[in-house]
Amino acid sequence: MIDIEVRSLSVGYDQRRTGGRISAIEDLSFSVQAGKFVCVVGTSGCGKTTLLNVIAGLQKPASGQVLLGGVPVAGPGKERAMVFQTAALLPWRNVLHNVAYGLELQGCPAKEARRAAREMIALVGLDGFEDSCPHELSGGMQQRVNLARALVTRPGLLLMDEPFGSLDAQMREFMQTEIERIWRQTGQTTLFVTHSIDEAVFLADEIIVMTSRPGRVKAIVPVDLPRPRPHCIKQTPVFHAIGDELRDLLEAEFDPLATSRLRLEAV
Amino acid sequence: MLERLVRESPPFRKGLLSSLTLAAGLALWEWLPEAGWVDPFFTSSPSRIAHAAVSLSTRGLWRDAAVSLNEFGLGMLLAIVLGILAGMLLGWYRTLDAMFEPFVTLFNAMPRVALLPLIIMWLGIGIASKIAAVFLGAFFPIAITVMAGVRTVDPNLLRCARSFCATDRQIFRTLVLPTCVPYLFAGLHIAVGRGLVGVVIGEMLASQAGVGHLINQASTTFQTDKVFVGVILLTGFGYALTAILKQAGKSFDTWRVPK
Repeated sequence: MIDIEVRSLSVGYDQRRTGGRISAIEDLSFSVQAGKFVCVVGTSGCGKTTLLNVIAGLQKPASGQVLLGGVPVAGPGKERAMVFQTAALLPWRNVLHNVAYGLELQGCPAKEARRAAREMIALVGLDGFEDSCPHELSGGMQQRVNLARALVTRPGLLLMDEPFGSLDAQMREFMQTEIERIWRQTGQTTLFVTHSIDEAVFLADEIIVMTSRPGRVKAIVPVDLPRPRPHCIKQTPVFHAIGDELRDLLEAEFDPLATSRLRLEAV
Repeated sequence: MLERLVRESPPFRKGLLSSLTLAAGLALWEWLPEAGWVDPFFTSSPSRIAHAAVSLSTRGLWRDAAVSLNEFGLGMLLAIVLGILAGMLLGWYRTLDAMFEPFVTLFNAMPRVALLPLIIMWLGIGIASKIAAVFLGAFFPIAITVMAGVRTVDPNLLRCARSFCATDRQIFRTLVLPTCVPYLFAGLHIAVGRGLVGVVIGEMLASQAGVGHLINQASTTFQTDKVFVGVILLTGFGYALTAILKQAGKSFDTWRVPK
């Protein structure tokens, strides 16, 4: 298990058209205890994905730093794994080889990687689909492969970037229960980006609310709901109260034109 | 009426229809000179070509074919190896692309057979100039398609691979190569045609043997039948090679979403 400490992080993007810089994240600080499930919510374009990219070591910050277990992030690392918004599966590999892909890249011997992948395929409930190709799977199943590929590397820190964003409502609820069950079994520190308030309250121990761009921490909302959480927990007054609090926080940040503006500036 | 029948019928019946029109075309070609409508001195006919083929087959046809095949094979091999290499390098490294892009564009736009007289001056009338002719035809389609293939590597997959600490070598082997395969096959299809043009023109311009040489010799002595033997031999070879490529491409493509 790894704890996260983000210290006055700032990240910017170069602007092609004007040659200036857009500030995506500015002076962002927070910390996450080891083994916690923490959700990050915020309006579109507030730098949630950028934050994950920096923690994953895929993007360099302009200033500030991220410490994982006390060690500053310098690049991608084997103790971290990311679950992507799009499933990002290799279309020419079957499920088994896709799940083994991450381990393989990390230098695990192919035979060993495949054995571990088989176990993980069972854990995410895909047994019997080992030989299927990605195009034969539904969106939900593809996301489970995406998840299994990350989990099989036994990461101390799991980074999830809106993994259920493209799923239909039912599949989404089902996957939420699944991820909660799997997390209770594996117990790694999890940082889960979402724009669904319900999803955040249902899954998290703690919710980080970000301001609109440039992203900062607006509030940290603890969620004291017992686990395991059945879906009927969404009908309880406590659940509603936390949801309303988040809604109020986010409403103050909402700008209906923000995404379009960002796109215009990014051209 | 016929249109609807063909549209709704299974593939083998469509095949039947195309075989029928092909047979009709051949019959017409045979019959028109017989009936005196056209002069067989110019048009020849299927039976005359068959006769010429039989008599040629004991008099050097296979030697000519072997010479052309050898030139074509070596030129293609060189074009494939160097084409893939150049395509990968130019597709991956933006610096190299910026340096060599003008050459690639110019050479690709140029009717490269126009260079053949020069090449024959430099390399002589032997096998070397023919290999160069095939290479010049086949190299660019391969290099350009592979280059396009490298650039279409899914950025999401790249990000994923990097997040799992992939080395450049691993990225090349697991992402770039598989992405390029269908592009490579598209390039090879074009390259086969261009390479055949190269070997034939090369042999026609200056040579001592080969199918292009045979065609050239026969036509300057007005032996239309023999010219057609050469043309048909080349067509058959090109067709067979394209069919093999198509089949090989399919076996690499089983994972693709069926359309």
